[in-house]
Formats: sequence, structure tokens, C-alpha cells
Amino acid sequence: MNITLFVWRQKNADDRGKMEKYLAKDISSHMSFLEMLDVVNEDLVQNDVEPIAFDHDCREGICGMCSLVVNGTPHGPERGTTICQLHMRHFKDGDNIYIEPWRARAFPVLRDLVVDRTAFDRIMAAGGFVSINTGGTPDANALPIPKTDADTAMDAAACIGCGACVAACKNASAMLFVAAKVSQFASLPQGQAERKERVTNMLAQMQLEGFGNCSNYYECEAACPKDISVKFIAKMNREYLRASCLKE
Amino acid sequence: MILDPKIPSGPLAEKWNKHKFDMKLVNPANKRKYKAIVVGSGLAGGAAAASLAELGYQVSCFCYQDSPRRAHSIAAQGGINASKNYQNDGDSVYRLFYDTIKGGDFRSREANTYRLAEVSANIIDQCVAQGVPFARDYGGLLDNRSFGGAQVSRTFYARGQTGQQLLLGAYSALSRQIGLGNVIMHTRMEMLDLVVVDGRARGIVVRNMVTGEVSSHAADAVILATGGYGNVFYLSTNATGCNVTATYRAHKKGAFFANPCYTQIHPTCIPVAGDYQSKLTLMSESLRNDGRIWVPKKQGDERPADQIPEDERDYYLERKYPSFGNLAPRDISSRSAKEACDDGRGVGETKVGVYLDFKDAIKRLGKDTIAERYGNLFDMYNRITGEDPYTVPMRIYPASHYTMGGLWVDYNLESTVPGLFVLGEANFSDHGANRLGASALMQGLADGYFVIPYTLGNFYARSGVSDVTTEHPEFKKVEADVAERTNKFLSIGGKRTPDSFHKELGKVMWENCGMGRNEAGLKKAIELIPKIREEFWSNLKVLGKGEELNQSLESAGRVADFLEFAEMMCHDALDRDESCGAHFREEHQSDEGEAVRNDKDYLYVAAWEYAGVGKKPNLHKEPLVFENVELATRSYK
Repeated sequence: MNITLFVWRQKNADDRGKMEKYLAKDISSHMSFLEMLDVVNEDLVQNDVEPIAFDHDCREGICGMCSLVVNGTPHGPERGTTICQLHMRHFKDGDNIYIEPWRARAFPVLRDLVVDRTAFDRIMAAGGFVSINTGGTPDANALPIPKTDADTAMDAAACIGCGACVAACKNASAMLFVAAKVSQFASLPQGQAERKERVTNMLAQMQLEGFGNCSNYYECEAACPKDISVKFIAKMNREYLRASCLKE
Repeated sequence: MILDPKIPSGPLAEKWNKHKFDMKLVNPANKRKYKAIVVGSGLAGGAAAASLAELGYQVSCFCYQDSPRRAHSIAAQGGINASKNYQNDGDSVYRLFYDTIKGGDFRSREANTYRLAEVSANIIDQCVAQGVPFARDYGGLLDNRSFGGAQVSRTFYARGQTGQQLLLGAYSALSRQIGLGNVIMHTRMEMLDLVVVDGRARGIVVRNMVTGEVSSHAADAVILATGGYGNVFYLSTNATGCNVTATYRAHKKGAFFANPCYTQIHPTCIPVAGDYQSKLTLMSESLRNDGRIWVPKKQGDERPADQIPEDERDYYLERKYPSFGNLAPRDISSRSAKEACDDGRGVGETKVGVYLDFKDAIKRLGKDTIAERYGNLFDMYNRITGEDPYTVPMRIYPASHYTMGGLWVDYNLESTVPGLFVLGEANFSDHGANRLGASALMQGLADGYFVIPYTLGNFYARSGVSDVTTEHPEFKKVEADVAERTNKFLSIGGKRTPDSFHKELGKVMWENCGMGRNEAGLKKAIELIPKIREEFWSNLKVLGKGEELNQSLESAGRVADFLEFAEMMCHDALDRDESCGAHFREEHQSDEGEAVRNDKDYLYVAAWEYAGVGKKPNLHKEPLVFENVELATRSYK
């Protein structure tokens, strides 16, 4: 099939950037979306046009590196699917496809479709951990954890940190990302000692980074490739409330 | 040069304890005087960086991704082994050690493998304390599953995302140290060379992948945890960015490369669909419990699967290995699939694939049971291929998955360059010629959490603070070399992209140094590779500049190193004139197609010393001494 692409091109963080039109010719329906871009890039280079820069690594939906807004939706039209796992059979001959980077103040564009997501790392460094050192830990079975609690923690821990939730949100909020980590630890006994500080510090860092707040549109959940539920945002809000009440 | 593995004396079970006592310590107040550079932020690198910072050393950590959380350890699905014996089924440190040695076809070092089994239990304790949500049973205790190559249930798992959860555990520990200011994290930074002064590793030269700036970083020790080289085949289950550059550059600076020909091919991956393919996706091996593998009996049979009658199908694994059937080990299963396809009986559009059929299992157990067992895998397959495995048999084919070879290290994980340590998949140490399932995660974390924190302290205490700063002329020289190389890529002005060369190399390697190897094929590859390399350096096309985010430029550097590394890999495969584990020399097989080892002549680690581009590297042998286990023939009949 042949497809017309409209792709965001931007030389660097200071450049204004604009949409450019390219043709993707003889695309097989078995290709993944990123393989289609590989083919287009190969073609661009042959025509002395610099290839489109985009982030990708594992190409199996787990590393969280890929980050394209396709036709207005982060990771494209298929629910629960990263863009690297989306295949061209979901498109048809003659389609127009618009490809843009994540757009959020806290995720500045570095080049074309590549953005800077280090804000997420700084939120993690503010409290996304249990403060224990290597060694000297008790036997793993010394502390039984109810299966339902462990399962809830795992549901939250499945987040791949891609930032689609931010890109989907009209407030560019990172609430779903932060809530997933807060909820993982709040569901487990290991997380109890720092429960209060964690939610407080991570949310403070989130605000500092310029992410917005939540106004309950649930766009984040719809865009999340790992189907992380917005119920964790509610859980985080309860954690935050609890932490505020317990302040000395 | 004599390769000294520095294995501690004494009985196997007491070596590590004894060594921990014999090693020198760094006084807590003095630790902050020592700097460590950690390259790579996966299980081994992330765990090492966090643990060393907790001890009080100054740590700088580098990764090429935009966040340390994205390292490819994250993609491991199955689980992590540990000799906890929680299931009361007879597991022990010795049994895990023995299974690993046997699985590696008696080509690994006893002492290292024993230590790995010994610290495996600590890893699980550590990860649980970090809040890693392992699977649990209803009583709240940890659940285990069984895995290939073992008769006990010792594998801990977190759904199908064990690697992800373990990596996020290490990443959270690392994040804490970054927040405390004890680790300086450098993301989107690629190591392009190692700096050695007076025979000691002093630091690295890196390129900032956003600005293109080349900079030097000095330290008292350098730790490489940069993963494997499976992408030498171009197509593999590795992430597209995985590369050999860091370890190969260190090799060129004096670090010996051990057993590069030991590469593992995983039997159940989704087959290649076309020339545009950029990577291969693994499907869990557990599928072989209920799926039956077959190809048509007739060559070039174009009929769809459901129109091929039962008596015209060849269930070749069941035919050749009646007792193990579809559960034959990875290497045997992989080679049989290749044989069938080479014989013109492959299936699918490209004819490079075999069927994995669930029809009988669905008839026997019902669709619901199959969905419960494999639902997520079936969905993933459907997403990628657009075919429904409940009604149409899956197509699978083997793919490069893991590399057992790596930089040579001694018992302390130190390479032949003093002050250069190598961890995880990047070293060669623990898996011999073949790795068992669920052991890669174990090794990465063992090295990072529980080995390097001890052995690095010993090195510091004995060697002292390095007096070489980045002002040293050697740093300037290496920086200039790196800049010159970058300019070279940009100035060739040819016609072909780095990717096209990588694909060409991958094909040569897959055909001649892949699942099955023989003398003629390897010699052919050794002839072909220099020709590709020559064309690369005269006909490469990289657009753009060095001082900007330039993904083609990054790719060019990695492909250039693969083009040299591949030749060494072929030399190693040619030189090892025996079959062992994943290294299958077609000249050495039994009547049943099993690997035939030659313990008399090849009971050694092949450690290669760099001799120049296009020159055969110099071979150094580290004899393998087995004091505790008896060399046996692996049998899966």
C-alpha cells in the first residue's frame, strides 16, 4: 500500500519545527509502524534528506522508549498497544497519517519526534523507591503478602514509563505515572515505612517539573499501552490526603 | 601472557567465603575518595551502580537510552532462578550449580558457577525487600515455576514480566542514589572508547547523543555492564540499540574476548516476515508444552495448514526424539527447524518457519484452558502476525537470543586490563557454552549486587587512587581518535546506509556462524566479512552533522565495530573444532544429531587478544579444571 505521512520535523530544541509531507511507498501490511518509518528513512537518505529521528529500542512493547502521537493519539489507534507493536494492517492504501512527538511542557522536543523525558527520572529519584541498601535483607518468605495485594501492586508496577499518559492529557499531567509507582508501594508492606514521604515528595517533584493536575477525563488510561487503571490516581489521592492529615 | 583466573583455594563450597575474608577492605571514611564508572544500567550495571554508591564510593553511570529504566534486561519474560528450595523438592546450592554446569555443557568455570548458585538466594531476598511484586500463592508466600533444564521448581517470576520488575527494582535503588547525589547519571551518552594509561583502565570517552559533544571521564575503575552482542546477526530478540561497541573497544585496548562463538539461538520466535524486518520477537518456550511442531512431508507444499491431512504432516521432533518430543532442548529443537526449512518444507509466505499447532491441545483440553494458559501470548502473536492461533497454527522459527561469550574476566570479574571489570551478559563467566532459562537475570543481579561490591573494594585497597586525570595526554589522544572516526563516517559520502551493511553482515553470520557451523562456511565468512567492511569504509552514507542528535551516525559506529567483531567470532567458531552446547559444528555430531564434545582437546576457555583489523587474533587458553563434577554427555533421549 501507499501512504502519505505528515511528520513533525524539528532540527533541535530551539527550532520552531513544522510538519513535512512524505510518501511511504510499497508498504507491506505485515510491517510494524516503526519498520514502515525505517523504510521511509532509508528512502529519505537515498534522496539526501536527513532521516526522521524517533526513539525506539526493544520494539516489543516493554522498554517504553517509543513515543509517537499518531493521528492525534499517543501510540496510535490500537488500545493497549505501544506504537512499536502496532502493525500496518490497521491502515489502508491511500491513508494520511499524522505523526507528532509527545507534546508537554515537561517533555521538551530534542529533535523531530524525540523528546526529553528525564523529568520522569527526577520524579522517581524524589521517592520512587524503598530505602534499603543491598544486603542484610530478611528471608524473602519471612513476610507473607496476601496474593490480592501482590496482584494489585503488580497491576500498578506494569507501567513502562513511556509518558503516553502525559501526552494524552490536556493538562499534560503525570498523575497516572506517579500514581502507578505510589500505588505499587502503598499496596505492599515494604512500602509502608515511607508511605507519607513518598507520595508527598513525588507529587511535589511532579509539580516542579511543570506537569499539570488531573481533571478526570481518563484520557491517560485510554492511551496507556499497559492499561494502567485510573483507580490508582484515586488511590494516590487518598494516600496524599492521608499524608497531609498526618503531617506533624 | 598467562591467564590467571585467580580462583581461591579450598573446597568449592568455601571458596567465596574464604575469598571474602582474604580480600582487602577500604575504610568507610576512605571510600568517598574512590571513583567508579559504570557503563550500562541494566540488571548488572544498575545493581552495581546503586550498591557501590550505597557503600560510599563516587559513582558515575552511563547509558545510551533516555533513562536507565530502559535497558534491555527489561524484556526478559520467564523468571529468575534461585536455590531457595521453598518447594521442598530437593533443590540446593549444589543442585543449581550442577544444573548450570551441565546445561553449559561443561565449558564454564566451577568456582564462578558455584558462587552464582550460592548468592542466588540473596537476590530474591533483596528484590522482595525492594518491593518487587513477585507472584505469590494464596497463603502469601512466593510462588515458583519449573523451567527448562531442571527437575525442581526454583524459578521466581512476576507474570510474564520478570525482567521488567527486577530491572525496575534495581532502577529504584539507583534512583534513590541519584536523588541522594551519590550517583551521577549520564543518559543518552554512548561510550566510544576506553582509556588505558600505564596498563590500568583510567576512564572512558563518551559522546553525548543529543549535542554530539565528546567528553572524557576519569575514574579509579571502569565497570562495563553493556550486555551481549546478539545483534551481530542483525536480526535477534535484542533491542535494536544493543551493540558490541563498549566491549569491543575495550578489547582493542587490551581486554581479551572469551568464547565469542557461544551464542544461544532460541527456538520459539515469530519468523521473519520480510526484508524490512527490524527485530524478532520471542514467544515463551512454555508454548511447547501443549503445541505440536510440524511441517508438511512434501517439499514446496503450498496448501494452507488445515488442508494438509494428518498423514502428510511430519511431526519431526516427535519422530526424531520420541521421549522428549516437542520438549527437546533449545539447541536441538532449533537445528531441527532449520533442517526442515533447508529441506524446502518450511511454511508461511517466506517458507522460513515451522508450525506450532494447538489444534490437538484445544480438542483435548478445550479452548478455555488453552486461553488461560497462553492467552496473553496468543494475543501478542495475533497482534504481530494478524493470525489467530486458536484457529490457524502458529508459525515459529529460531532466533539469536543471548550470547554466553564476552570479555574474559577472572574470579573477581576483572578483565585482562587491570581496573576494568565486566559484569552480566557482557562477560563470559558463568554459563559455559549454553545458558539455562531464567539464569540470565540471576547472573546480572549476582554480579551487580553481590560480587562487584566486594571485589572492587579489594582492587581499590590494593591499587590505590588513580593519579591520572582527564588532562592526561592519553585522554586527549583518545578524544581526538573518537572525533576523527566520527568525521570519517560523515565524510565518506557513499551510497549505502549503516543499516544496509548491518543487514548484509547479519545474513553472512546467520548463514555461516548461526545455528550450525562448518569449516567451509566459517572460512567463507572470514573471506566475506573483510569485503563488506571494505565497502563500508568506502561507500557509507551518513547525512547530517556530528554536533547534533544523529541516529545514523550512532548506528554507523556500532556497525563498524560489529564488522570487526564478527570476524573474531568466526575465527573462534572455526578454531573450536568440536560441538558443545550452543556451538554446533556439523562435523561433530552423533548419529542422532547430538553435539559431540571433545574434552581431550577443547577443555578450555578461548580468550582472544586483539592483533589488528583483519588479522587473526591471538589465542590464549585458560584450561578448565573440574574438581567436583564429572564430565558427562548431555542426553535428552
